[in-house]
Amino acid sequence: MADSGDTDESLDRTFMALADPVRRQLIARLSRGSATVNELAEPFPISTQAVSKHIQVLEQAGLVTRTRDAQRRPVHLNPARLEAMTSWIDQYRLVKESQFRNLDAVLARDTDTTPGRTSGPDTPRSRS
Amino acid sequence: MSNALTVTAPDGLPFVDFTREFDYPVEQVFSTYADADRVSQWLGPRGYEMRVDHYDFHTGGSYAYTHVDPSGDEYQFRGSLHTVRENEIAIQTFEFLGFPDVVSIETLRFEDLGEGRTQLSGHAVYPSLEARDGMVSSGMETGMTDGFDRLEELLAT
Repeated sequence: MADSGDTDESLDRTFMALADPVRRQLIARLSRGSATVNELAEPFPISTQAVSKHIQVLEQAGLVTRTRDAQRRPVHLNPARLEAMTSWIDQYRLVKESQFRNLDAVLARDTDTTPGRTSGPDTPRSRS
Repeated sequence: MSNALTVTAPDGLPFVDFTREFDYPVEQVFSTYADADRVSQWLGPRGYEMRVDHYDFHTGGSYAYTHVDPSGDEYQFRGSLHTVRENEIAIQTFEFLGFPDVVSIETLRFEDLGEGRTQLSGHAVYPSLEARDGMVSSGMETGMTDGFDRLEELLAT
């Protein structure tokens, strides 16, 4: 396993999808078996339309799939995707990614507050 | 996002490698590692407090710090700096005291790409494959992947 084969972007999407409590509960429910949007929406105090939106986010992240089955369009969990998310390399990448984004922010702050050690004399401050 | 992070973990070898570029000069990137105040601004997970016990980023130096999560749980880390050459390289040990005696050796290279840009590359060697995989999973327990850590509990219900 040289690399998880995932782009950072699709990883980001998946983690974003799981950052929402409603979507995590939908995943938990689907782990017990497939269900239609109406069935999924039942336990929630929000509209079926809102639940449907959440399902779209999960679908875009590759965490669930939908099939057509006569009149029903059941939603299924994609366990492979979930497994990919729990693989340690993705966790490692995510931890490092968030550290380095923090580091970028620190560097940007330094640049704003220190007299430009790296720019010429009297360079006008950029209007951040 | 202009600067992608590349992470590779060779099959069957207890290594992890990463590279990442920064749109800042090498001196500035190096100082975010070398300066205790700056380190505490980025090294910890979001929403955690980072307490630096001591931090001496020089050849023969050492460090110890603690991450405190929002519920007050503490995670301690420590290590020694084997070699530090300014704006070039740092070779250090790293230990999470939740897994005492599992010590990795990390080599960080700071490379001047010119035009005020820097490439940082890291190579970590763990004492075993299990240690490599376990060390990272423990990051989950410390809640580093915001929001995701609760998923497994949910799945278990």
